[in-house]
Amino acid sequence: MVVSALESSHPLDKYLRTARLPHIWCPGCGLGIALGGIMRAIDRRIKEGTLKKENLVFVTGIGCSARTSFYVNFDAAHTLHGRAIAFATGAKLAKPELEVVVIGGDGDIAGIGGNHLLHAAKRNMDLIVLMITNFVYAMTGGQVAPTTPLGLYTTTTPHGNPEPPLNVVKVVSSLNANYVARASVTHPALIEQYMYKALGMRGFRFIEILSTCPEIFGRHIGMRDPFTLYNTLKSKVVVKQSPSIEESDLDWGKGFVIGEYLVRENPGYSDRIRRGSK
Amino acid sequence: MKKSFISGNIAIAEGAIAAGMRFFAGYPITPASDIMEYLAEKLPNIGGVVIQFEDEIASINAAIGASWAGVKSMTATSGPGFSLMLEALGLAIITETPLVVVDVMRAGPSTGVPTKTSQSDVMQVRYGAHGDYVIPVFAPWSAQEAYDLTIKAFNVAESLRTPVILLSDAVVAHLWESVLLAEPGEIEVINRKKPSNPPDEYLPYKPDNDLVPPMATFGEGYNVIVESLIHDERGFYRQDRETYCNLVKRIVSKVLSRVDSLFEVETYYGDDYKYLLVSFGSTARSALAAVRILRKSGIKAGLLRLKTLSPLKLETLRKYCEEAEKIFVVENNMGKLVYDVERVTGNDKVISLPLLDLEIPEPKDIVEGVRKWL
Amino acid sequence: MKFRVNIIKNRCKECGICIGVCPTKVLVKGDKHNEHGFRYPLPANIDRCIGCRLCEYNCPDFAIFVEVVKK
Repeated sequence: MVVSALESSHPLDKYLRTARLPHIWCPGCGLGIALGGIMRAIDRRIKEGTLKKENLVFVTGIGCSARTSFYVNFDAAHTLHGRAIAFATGAKLAKPELEVVVIGGDGDIAGIGGNHLLHAAKRNMDLIVLMITNFVYAMTGGQVAPTTPLGLYTTTTPHGNPEPPLNVVKVVSSLNANYVARASVTHPALIEQYMYKALGMRGFRFIEILSTCPEIFGRHIGMRDPFTLYNTLKSKVVVKQSPSIEESDLDWGKGFVIGEYLVRENPGYSDRIRRGSK
Repeated sequence: MKKSFISGNIAIAEGAIAAGMRFFAGYPITPASDIMEYLAEKLPNIGGVVIQFEDEIASINAAIGASWAGVKSMTATSGPGFSLMLEALGLAIITETPLVVVDVMRAGPSTGVPTKTSQSDVMQVRYGAHGDYVIPVFAPWSAQEAYDLTIKAFNVAESLRTPVILLSDAVVAHLWESVLLAEPGEIEVINRKKPSNPPDEYLPYKPDNDLVPPMATFGEGYNVIVESLIHDERGFYRQDRETYCNLVKRIVSKVLSRVDSLFEVETYYGDDYKYLLVSFGSTARSALAAVRILRKSGIKAGLLRLKTLSPLKLETLRKYCEEAEKIFVVENNMGKLVYDVERVTGNDKVISLPLLDLEIPEPKDIVEGVRKWL
Repeated sequence: MKFRVNIIKNRCKECGICIGVCPTKVLVKGDKHNEHGFRYPLPANIDRCIGCRLCEYNCPDFAIFVEVVKK
């Protein structure tokens, strides 16, 4: 019975600030699963030579998802709530060889950051935006979020959420993005696959990653055990090749269709702006 | 040097270009929009980027991002836009990001009178963002000074790793004057310090003896951390009192310790006055005219014009005020700078002349205001 | 093929996902606590491991990974 490896280390350790592990995310938090999938895609791209480690920059806002900046052994920025996309746009335009990846929660990206999300997608800005949807504002204790199911108890909707949830995949698909996909932490291989694909494209690439939040969202729906929540989410997820937007509703009742909703190769913002000699 | 005839706004744009600015992000707002318009035409031709964003919040955050990608960056707005930018200003301060933010003041509060002037942002630019900090604020009164102080703003931003405010107003923005523009090589351009040690030895927030950490930027292999939370020298979040105090106090000292080089004033009749008028920006132009009118009628008035509103060198202010029987703080607002003057001299000598006006206050109003007290 | 399942015990948070997703029930919850008070899993039935890496890919804490030890 082997307990811990003394000779070898976790294959992704070279991409992590291991001195800061264990990370602060709760037991069973999907963020760690998502980060693993993302890192594996980055690892493949670096190994095959299509991505240089020093060109990758992570930009995050505020929230549990945003803490990713702490743990990645790359250039990273932990900025302001909702403003990561704006910061990332400035960095990318100032230094086009950077590959800038924004990671944020649904509240950060589609709530307070909604306007920046819309306009970055509209201008097909050359960014990868990963929105981790856990259906609640977790870091601050469980308030209602843009994706919270209708009728659910949250700390700020104790009589039940009166708002239907926002289908961000549908909204972003209606703009000029080059890539829109939905993944789930219950299917980590697809997170890696979609991220790998996105790293090879230009323009605005958006991936919503459905995630488990046992401590906060799990508490609101009476499911705090991590594996139970994981399995429940998994049972609601359907994988489809090239699903259509009509199937993209974010609905715990109907289930979640994950897949690549939109794949195009239109010129990105960087292709369209004029830049003279320095 | 090349002689030109340009407006204050264009002078700011040209000063930024001369200082090496190559990224501008902005949002239209009267009376600052033409800074962006001028740069949108010119900057791409010299390899720079201008982008109009969806709002002011995106603009300043993008400018901060661009600075972290290694490019000198700027945004320009007016009072209402500056209010929106306050949170990001705090981000620039705590992450020690070189940045220049131009505030072309207009009449407020709120939407106010967009095309008319005021000097009401004196508190907002210095103290508006939450948290404890001191940032440099420069206030030009002419197109030439708009050019020169913008260059100074960039050099200070880069050498101190801090945001710097260029405080203009609707009058300076659109007056046209002769401006001497520098040819390449004629002015000193300062760039941020870069690390001298390799990535595995580099600590992004470890200051040198001058209190400023060398700045590695994105894409250089240093794995930099830009951190909005209170952080230690590695950029790691820390919640203890010692780290908090060290960081906040160092960032304040970083600026305050250089007050001698940052604080600039100009005096008129500075060796021969009984009554001192203190003013800044466009209002100082009228204050100077008022001083001359008063002197013609035998009243020994002098003018102390502040070019720097933050940090203030209190000993200098005190020295000039001590020699005066009465001090008149002349400003186009309800009385804001006057508090700083009262702070150094005591209230009994200081008279506030808060000449609220939509145009540049008239010299005769200033003269009347002074005479009332004599 | 033979596999080794490595567990970095001090990273484990006892979420139970690896134990649950393993298709051949290699892992069981251990009795010992790590330094944070969590009981990390043990590959009690390592002979059943098929190297699918579901434990590795679904662990939120980078606490478990699979190595091929014999081809």
